[in-house]
Amino acid sequence: MSILVFLEHHGNELQKGSLSVLSKAASLGAGDVYGVVAGSGVRELASGAGKYGASKVFVADDPALEAPLPQPRVDVIATLVREQSIDTVLLAQSVLAADVAAGLSARLDAGLNWELVDIEEQDGKLVGTRPALADSVYVQVGWKGEPCIGIFRSGTFDPKETGGEAEVVDTPVQLEDFSTAATMIEQAHEEQQGPSIEDADVIVAGGRGLGGPENFTLVEELAKALGGAVAATRAVVDAGWYPYATQVGQTGKTVSPKLYVACGISGAIQHKVGMQSSSVIVAINKDPNAPIFEYSDLGVVGDVHEVVPKLTELVKQRKRSAS
Amino acid sequence: MTKGRASVRPADYPPPFDAAEAIAAPSDPPDERIDVGLLIVGAGPAGLACAIRFGQLLEDAPELAERLGDVPVAVVEKGKQPGSHLLSGAVVNPRALRRLFKDREKKVEDMPFYGPVHAESVYFLTPKSKTRIPAPPTMRNHGNYVASLSQLSRFLAEEAESAGATILPETAADKLLVDGARVLGIRTGDKGRGRHGEPLPNFEAGSDLVARVTVLSEGTQGHLTGAAIERFGLQGENNQVWALGVKEVWRVAAPLRRVIHTMGWPLRAGARYREFGGSFCYPMGEDMVTLGMVVGLDYRDVELSPHDLLQELKTHPLFRRILRGGERLAWGAKTIPEGGFLSLPKRLHAPGLLLCGDGAGMVNVPALKGIHYAIESGALAAEAAFAALRPGQTPWTPGALESYDEAIRDSFIWTDLQEVRNMRQAFGKGFWLGGALAGAMTATKGRFPPKPLGTEPDSAQTLIRTNRARRYPAPDGKLTFDKLSSVYASGNKTRDDQPSHIRIANPVARDIGEAWVRMCPAQVYELADGGSGDEVTVQVTPSNCVQCGAITAKGGRLTPPEGGSGPEYTLT
Amino acid sequence: MKIAVCVKHVPEAASRRIDPSTKRLDRSGEGALNAFDANALEEALRLKDASGEGEVVAVSMGPQKASDTLRKALAMGADRAVLVSDESAAGSDLVATSYALGKALAREEPDLVLLGQQASDSDGAVLWAAIAERLRRPMISQVAELTASDGKVRGKRQTEFGYDVIEAPLPAVVAVSDAINEPRYPSLKGIMGAKKKPQETLSLDDLGVESERAGEAGSKTEVLGLTDPPARGDSRRIEDDGNAAEQIAEFLAEKRLI
Repeated sequence: MSILVFLEHHGNELQKGSLSVLSKAASLGAGDVYGVVAGSGVRELASGAGKYGASKVFVADDPALEAPLPQPRVDVIATLVREQSIDTVLLAQSVLAADVAAGLSARLDAGLNWELVDIEEQDGKLVGTRPALADSVYVQVGWKGEPCIGIFRSGTFDPKETGGEAEVVDTPVQLEDFSTAATMIEQAHEEQQGPSIEDADVIVAGGRGLGGPENFTLVEELAKALGGAVAATRAVVDAGWYPYATQVGQTGKTVSPKLYVACGISGAIQHKVGMQSSSVIVAINKDPNAPIFEYSDLGVVGDVHEVVPKLTELVKQRKRSAS
Repeated sequence: MTKGRASVRPADYPPPFDAAEAIAAPSDPPDERIDVGLLIVGAGPAGLACAIRFGQLLEDAPELAERLGDVPVAVVEKGKQPGSHLLSGAVVNPRALRRLFKDREKKVEDMPFYGPVHAESVYFLTPKSKTRIPAPPTMRNHGNYVASLSQLSRFLAEEAESAGATILPETAADKLLVDGARVLGIRTGDKGRGRHGEPLPNFEAGSDLVARVTVLSEGTQGHLTGAAIERFGLQGENNQVWALGVKEVWRVAAPLRRVIHTMGWPLRAGARYREFGGSFCYPMGEDMVTLGMVVGLDYRDVELSPHDLLQELKTHPLFRRILRGGERLAWGAKTIPEGGFLSLPKRLHAPGLLLCGDGAGMVNVPALKGIHYAIESGALAAEAAFAALRPGQTPWTPGALESYDEAIRDSFIWTDLQEVRNMRQAFGKGFWLGGALAGAMTATKGRFPPKPLGTEPDSAQTLIRTNRARRYPAPDGKLTFDKLSSVYASGNKTRDDQPSHIRIANPVARDIGEAWVRMCPAQVYELADGGSGDEVTVQVTPSNCVQCGAITAKGGRLTPPEGGSGPEYTLT
Repeated sequence: MKIAVCVKHVPEAASRRIDPSTKRLDRSGEGALNAFDANALEEALRLKDASGEGEVVAVSMGPQKASDTLRKALAMGADRAVLVSDESAAGSDLVATSYALGKALAREEPDLVLLGQQASDSDGAVLWAAIAERLRRPMISQVAELTASDGKVRGKRQTEFGYDVIEAPLPAVVAVSDAINEPRYPSLKGIMGAKKKPQETLSLDDLGVESERAGEAGSKTEVLGLTDPPARGDSRRIEDDGNAAEQIAEFLAEKRLI
């Protein structure tokens, strides 16, 4: 088996998600593991992938690859797959990677499985795991024929350094006309106002247990300390405590952050369906029978007005001592 | 209990609503109005039967079809699609369907039924035991068919479309268009308004839909039907009264082979409670059953909750056994007009207007039947409309649609309802006495008692407190469920930021506020925090509403929300 | 400008289940227009309204019932609808879907193909890139603001790192995000008129798609099994006795969340 991992970079760094997938691929112990870096002036980045398990990193270095657009990268990887007899291409979920993977799938008539949270080798074949239907069921997925393409859900693995060296190999860049037709006009990297709830890694949400709109400041301060976004339940949006745009649930937004802190939220199913695929759920509610405790990783029976401000302080302290 | 509270009646707190709000003159310029031939409001069994029958008649009258224009028949439906808002038991008497399709190839056997009824049991329940009682003659179901009314109506909708009708789902009938004494059609509801009524960026104004004849087949608690009855002075002898039914559909491990009805527990027999009702459980093929609880809305107990009574019912050994190893698939609630014969409007027509089905109150309470009356009345309405549209006729002149009332009087609807005309009222006298009176009525085919029994509106009953709620089981998420997860199971995903469609007085006496909180199966009402004393502020969550109509019976007023809102029933 | 909009008929969220025998999503029940595709359709209608000319064609692939979804698209304002429906296309994955749908789109020769940001049933959010590849056209995804002029489209989008503005010459493929607009309600006249608009159903044969390239036969991925999701790992429950905040902070640190 020879696995190629798409190593996405931003600025002068390989992305953590890509390196995580790389170390996962290496941990399979299922043959050769390569990486590919495509960009302009990116040769320097390539060798860094060695310590995450790549034995070889292909570098496609060309001014035409400067902008992070998918179609030229499809050309690069398709060529590599053919010339290097690659049988598996793995990527970490991102706006760019999803487009690269799907373009490649159509180009090579290669199966693509997305949203993978795990992968393993069974009898010489890869089997992936993908949550479906709002994470209510896990599906074991396979590939028919080769190559196999897989995209991993972001944040599934952590990068593991194994300390190896990678051979850096230049690969020629030949691009199709239609692949270079789309052009980047402008890239703005300004810091935003704080993440939107759909993009946030951390969400702190408030419900009616807060007691009144003025107490949303508790939620806002905890969110700020955690670097996250603020969300609200339907009940409090209905009551006019917080804007509709922040409503999470069946008739609001569906979110899946790495951490969801529910403050004073009872957790009826209408709320649950909007946030149940969050990786870690912490709930604080004074009602020990609140349904939210049934699907929380950590349930705290307590008064949000006491617990939340203390927690905010502790988070700030830890951040201060860490920096 | 204070003296003052003891005499509280929901009717003392009338909702801020005037039936005249639902009546208007056309407001769109004439060239922007949408013209149809026959306009039917409500894609239920009555409305769809009307569309089908009218389509059949038009087949042989090409000139009339031509005259009626591009859209000879339109059916507006507030639900997401036909069937979305339909819920019933249901054991259907196939009589009216056979008649509707008599010249066609369609057989009852080919319709989406779950088979004929082969066996049935009626039980009187106590908390732990059951006593089988002979099925009263009105409740014998041999030859009838089990159905999901939602599914049956989707079938009828397809038939109506192939008969040439245009079905307009997600469209609320907001106002009855009346010009002078003549009904001109309806105005449909606006879409895309915000919480405070402000137009959102995708605002889409309603339209005037004008027709030669308008048929109101809105079902229970029809918004425009109520307004039309008031506008045209059609009120019958008695007030209309309602019951609230809450039901679930379950996938079960072992098939049920009979239909079951129960009386008694968890309802109480004493006359002062006024708890009239019972339960039903029907097989839906090999692997599903439906079961439900129906309670008259003239009940008095502040803490009575039909949803929780259904949950309590399921803890009885009889139902535990049926549901063992099963899984709840669906849930829903709806009111049933129970006034019967004496509550029928005194005329079923006005110039340019016909009233059909449940909206007009065509329900046989002792037999637990109404669907075949709805279908029959819809078909008869089509025939009357057709007759009034023939050359030389003008359907909007007074009396032009009189033939509909005549046809109804000559039909089985009339005979059936007349026979049982006083039964429901008798049960207002308590279960045991009511049962005895009902027996006498059955024996005399309605001639006893010689004088009709009157009814008071459901909202006119004074409220009492008896600590009823402490018996309700705590939801376990397997056999018994809370209201919010039930609303979820109804498929309801109504847009939250639309104007409230529920009109209630606010604040109200504490007992009334609490009664609404308990009564509503969909958790629309909650008491605002901190409300102490005898008056409370009621907090309304309109997007939970499954439009069952109970609030209209019990002192508030349901109006149609934005089209497409509400439950999305598929199995009920 | 001629715009083709890809729309999907998806099962209603509440009744979504995987059929254990086929291991595929049960598509027999009630379905509706994938809400994200309504954004694509709205954008197409706005582009047409703005230019005052052109045609919007709604294209779908799915069971016969998908014609309900196309009817909705027509009611919203699409001029015409094309449904690719064929028993042997059932169970198509990305490779097979993009191949057949690509053929149907190629047949239309649109200036612009628009898609929504994801399918709400399969969580798939990649089809546009495969379609662009099949059609050999430039592509912009996740577009939250779209303009078209002088034979070009320009899209602004949000990525993990900020905003991109990307331009592509027509013909092109664009996938829009749900932040781009608020889809309109179908007007009553629109609903009534939908029935009369042209709606065409194509078989795989009509498109020249070989049966071995469609459905499960033409798919390159497969479902091997279904399992319950893992239980939330050792769910912990504490009562606040004054130091709950410390315990939460410990827990978050343990999970490397702070």
